[in-house]
Amino acid sequence: MTTGEEIKSVAPVKLALEGVSKTFRTRRASVHALDNVSLDVREGEFVCLFGPSGCGKTTLLNIIAGLELPDSGRVTADGKPVTGAGSDRLVLFQESALFPWLDVMGNVLFGLKLKPKLKPKERQEVAEFYLKLVGLEKFTHANIHELSGGMKQRAALARALAPNPRVLLMDEPFASLDALTREQLYGDFQAIWEKRKKTIVFVTHNAREAVCLGDRVVLFSPHPGRVQEQFAIGLPRPRDINSVDLAKYATEITRALKRDLKPDLHEVAE
Amino acid sequence: MKRWLPIILFFVALVVAWEWLVRAGMWSRVLVPAPSEVGKYLIASVANGTLLKASWVTLKRLVLGYLAGFVLGHSLGILIARFKFFKNTIGLLALGLQSLPSICWAPLALLWFGQTETAMFFIVIMGSVWSIALATDAGVRHVPPLYVWAARTMGSRGVHTWAKVILPAALPFIVSGMKQGWAFAWRSLMAAEIYITILTGFGLGHLLHYGRELHAMDAVLGIMIVIIVIGLLTDKLLFSPFEKFIHRRWGTEKE
Repeated sequence: MTTGEEIKSVAPVKLALEGVSKTFRTRRASVHALDNVSLDVREGEFVCLFGPSGCGKTTLLNIIAGLELPDSGRVTADGKPVTGAGSDRLVLFQESALFPWLDVMGNVLFGLKLKPKLKPKERQEVAEFYLKLVGLEKFTHANIHELSGGMKQRAALARALAPNPRVLLMDEPFASLDALTREQLYGDFQAIWEKRKKTIVFVTHNAREAVCLGDRVVLFSPHPGRVQEQFAIGLPRPRDINSVDLAKYATEITRALKRDLKPDLHEVAE
Repeated sequence: MKRWLPIILFFVALVVAWEWLVRAGMWSRVLVPAPSEVGKYLIASVANGTLLKASWVTLKRLVLGYLAGFVLGHSLGILIARFKFFKNTIGLLALGLQSLPSICWAPLALLWFGQTETAMFFIVIMGSVWSIALATDAGVRHVPPLYVWAARTMGSRGVHTWAKVILPAALPFIVSGMKQGWAFAWRSLMAAEIYITILTGFGLGHLLHYGRELHAMDAVLGIMIVIIVIGLLTDKLLFSPFEKFIHRRWGTEKE
């Protein structure tokens, strides 16, 4: 067990969160989603936010994305305060959020077309490159509804990677897939990440997934969402989700989570 | 060809049965003229130009009125969907006026514009604008917020988001609203042409009206057939391509 301080690397801080709090108020109730969350993510680091459902992980991701604003606290990307959504921080949502009125190629081109510096031919080439990277080169003109769940997430990944964002924010992108597809994607996704080093913040409620992918796993506790503990994952890559070493880490993290959750254990999602 | 065979057979059978019923004396010629008589009327009126001229007058009114209703309806629909103020005001008004058959506007239209093309134009617009506005509003409202979020993280903003995300996502709703608007415009215009005489041009509705006055049921039926054919053609030519695109892309096609 280590803290974020010990995961020293030479890379500069890419994302900095200082004392971020957020409360959602509806007419009936108010939900304290995040309480004084501080977190640094370094350039090129793969950080997994792990915790049970309802611990504010997704809210935190949306705040980093600039889709929601915190009630208090500061979020900076490259030292600049985050005031809104920006194409330097792309989000991969739980459901693919692919646009059904465009084909696969059209979807991947969407973000690229918002980059005025690129020529149409360059856009096409970039899109083709990323579709090949995720293994969808034969499906460039398929309609979205024709893709399987795994292929949809691959297409969404290509769409998110194509505009070359510096930060990729992923909200349980593999949660709705079947186990076989998911294992396949863990392998492929690690290979892609090795090739295109990005800073990644990855939300999950699956401990093994967190350990398999992350350089660091940040454990959240719920009600209100807080950073409970941080774990550096020193396993060599690529990692096999079924390896014994990985399971040991996952067990340790799950135990820490349960220790913390005693009063409302039934809410553990995993 | 296989697809066409049953269609052709069906209509031929229909016409033959009809002709036979009249000739056998089971249907009175006075009440229902035979298809051969209707055909004779159609050929004669095409030959002397009245039918084509009337169709042209009617279609011009319909297309112009519908286009204006379409542009207006879309703009209103977007305003209603975008601003709460418009939802509570224009939105409610649209809901009310949509349920009003637009021929009810005829007395006022005549008073305001006289027996002119403008009166017709007004009635057709009133017939189509509200359902198009409400369909656009409903479509925009049903766009999953996730699409907008995804677009925003890719750098899309304001007008770009509307043009490239919200309106395309609402397309299935918008097209069905356009179809409904077209049907309402068509009905309104027919009612108006039968009901009001406009001095600047005689449309299909007027021909129908005179057919009634002269008790020329062959003319009435012939014009009814022309109206049906025009309706079918616009559906197939104007809306089918859109619907096919939607079915293909969204995967809602039933095989």
